[in-house]
Amino acid sequence: MQPLLASDTDVAPERGYLRNRVLLVLVLIALAGGFGLSFLTHAPNRLISGRPVAWSAILADGRFLCLLPGLALLIGPFLRQIRTNHILIALIGAAFAALLFWLAGDAASRLADPASTSARTSFGGAFWVIEAITALAIADALQRAGFGPATRIGISLILVVPIALVLVSGSADQLSIMKEYATRRDVFGAAVVTHIQIVAMTLVPTLLIGVPLGILAFRRPSLRGPLFAVLNIIQTIPSIALFGLLIAPLAGLVATFPVLSQFGISGIGVAPAVIALTLYSLLPIVRNTSAGLEQVPGAVIDAASGMGLTPSQIFRSVEIPLALPVFLAGLRVTIVQAVGLTAVAALIGAGGLGAIIFQGLGSSALDLVLLGVVPLIALAVIVDASLKLVISILKGRAA
Amino acid sequence: MIDFEHVGKTYGGWQAIEDLSLSIAEGEFCVLIGPSGSGKTTTLKMINRLIEHDSGRILFAGAEIRSFKPEELRRRMGYAIQSIGLFPHWTVEENIGTVPSLLKWPKAKIRDRVTELLELLNLDPAQYRDRYPHHLSGGQQQRIGVARALAADPDVLLMDEPFGALDPVTRDTLQLEMLRIHKASGKTIVLVTHDIDEAIRLGSRIVILDGGRIVQSGSPRDILARPANDFVSDFVGREDIGIKLLSIETVSSRVRRDGSASGEPIAATATLRNALSTLVARGVDSLPVADSDGSPLGAIHLADLVGPHP
Repeated sequence: MQPLLASDTDVAPERGYLRNRVLLVLVLIALAGGFGLSFLTHAPNRLISGRPVAWSAILADGRFLCLLPGLALLIGPFLRQIRTNHILIALIGAAFAALLFWLAGDAASRLADPASTSARTSFGGAFWVIEAITALAIADALQRAGFGPATRIGISLILVVPIALVLVSGSADQLSIMKEYATRRDVFGAAVVTHIQIVAMTLVPTLLIGVPLGILAFRRPSLRGPLFAVLNIIQTIPSIALFGLLIAPLAGLVATFPVLSQFGISGIGVAPAVIALTLYSLLPIVRNTSAGLEQVPGAVIDAASGMGLTPSQIFRSVEIPLALPVFLAGLRVTIVQAVGLTAVAALIGAGGLGAIIFQGLGSSALDLVLLGVVPLIALAVIVDASLKLVISILKGRAA
Repeated sequence: MIDFEHVGKTYGGWQAIEDLSLSIAEGEFCVLIGPSGSGKTTTLKMINRLIEHDSGRILFAGAEIRSFKPEELRRRMGYAIQSIGLFPHWTVEENIGTVPSLLKWPKAKIRDRVTELLELLNLDPAQYRDRYPHHLSGGQQQRIGVARALAADPDVLLMDEPFGALDPVTRDTLQLEMLRIHKASGKTIVLVTHDIDEAIRLGSRIVILDGGRIVQSGSPRDILARPANDFVSDFVGREDIGIKLLSIETVSSRVRRDGSASGEPIAATATLRNALSTLVARGVDSLPVADSDGSPLGAIHLADLVGPHP
């Protein structure tokens, strides 16, 4: 199969001892972050900003051995650019990321005071920088290894296992973010479910309206201009404004027809959120449905009708399958966008992970914000990766 | 097999086809040729109703084509085009089996037919059956295009500049294969081209169109030996007419059975044009002629090429 990303093949052979400039830059940034920023901060309670925890305290009693994989990454830029080495870098990176997470949890447990449960140990800048850089180094290594997207996603899943193990083992439980989780376990679970529900509820009207509109735009080119103009205008309205704009008409509607409130419709809450998210989702769906159908080669349609396929057979067995990859690319944008915008919808009482984020922002509890943000990002990444996988499988067959 | 009776077609006031009458007999290899905008592709597409005619009648097997459902009519006519239009998401086998599947042939029968057609077009079935079109070269794709057009054993084969986008060597091979297929199957073929050499080589009849009208219709020899007017003689290449006449006759028709000459023999199936070229290249005035199995047949002399053309 052809490499999907141009960079798979465009990576120039590095000369001399330095063989991977990208990794060298990443490693240097990580080093600078490690020396310049604090790894963990500790505060007696969550209202006071924390003080940096010294590296000497974190790495006491031989724990510095946990940094060894980091040293191994330092050699990475000078290794030969062969698949085995790339896989090695990815594995070492995954181990390093998990060990850092364990170090943080371990330090938090030792700093914890059984007498005072309000003490908070939070991640510092260095933790985020090094973890992010490690993730980038892994991504770079997997891309250089030249695997197809399916294999790449498969390997990524394996690489997440060490971190998951640390999480499950309870070693991280004394970290602030995990403490916030422990006190809000039920709320958190409900928020994740609500978040996914809102996104799913948005997809139903989006597809029901968007796909026919996209087909219409394809069949009637004269409609395309006005239709996309309207959808573009909707897209430019800031989300918070659109949520606000829907409150009055919906409240008025429910006041006129009280029966609507039995179906959960009201000025605030899920109903205006789903309506607004649907409006935003229409543009990528309509545009990609139409664009997908447009890029089906005219010669294929000509040959199909010349051989005696009926228009509906051409639509079913030629146009739909050939338009599908472009359509799914639009669906991917739509869902990732909806996952993000649903967080904002918490402001009008729709719930979801946004509710946790705004609660954290309101009470200046950064770790509570993170408790909302981290799963939000994870959700977006999972959706993105799985749809990319489906698209690459379809493309692998057809083009 | 196909009859045009005073057929006309206008596009928003522009007369694309004007009072066109043409009768294509069963088993004929009819080549429609003309400059751009002469109406040759329109004429072809009116046969399978991809373009509907405005006036006159077009008969297929004796019945007005409008009495058929367009899809049923098209499934009885193979269709191959220059840009080939293979379905990129289907394998070679699925592509070739398009019309048989539409006609609900049993799976095993389709499979056998695909094997048969791949062999007919010199592609190894085991190797190519499950490939996708983007794994094939242009020439291989057009072979599949032709196989797909032949799949349901149609009464008529319609081809719109099928070899126009291929390199000269591949085009040459495929033209020879079309001749072989035509000879073996006896199918009625209507082919559109703008290449006069292709027309002379393939057609049992050449129909020259200009401005939506037929200018001349006849065998390649008729057209070359007796061009109807200046347009035709320009179109067939005024200066080259003699060379082209040589290209439609084979050495076997002019060989001196009792003659002899020295040197490497030329095949009896070669064209007179090949013979002339060989004579000039070798700087001799006679060549020995051999049978397809290599046994000597006689000789051909330079003077034999100039004799009267029937």
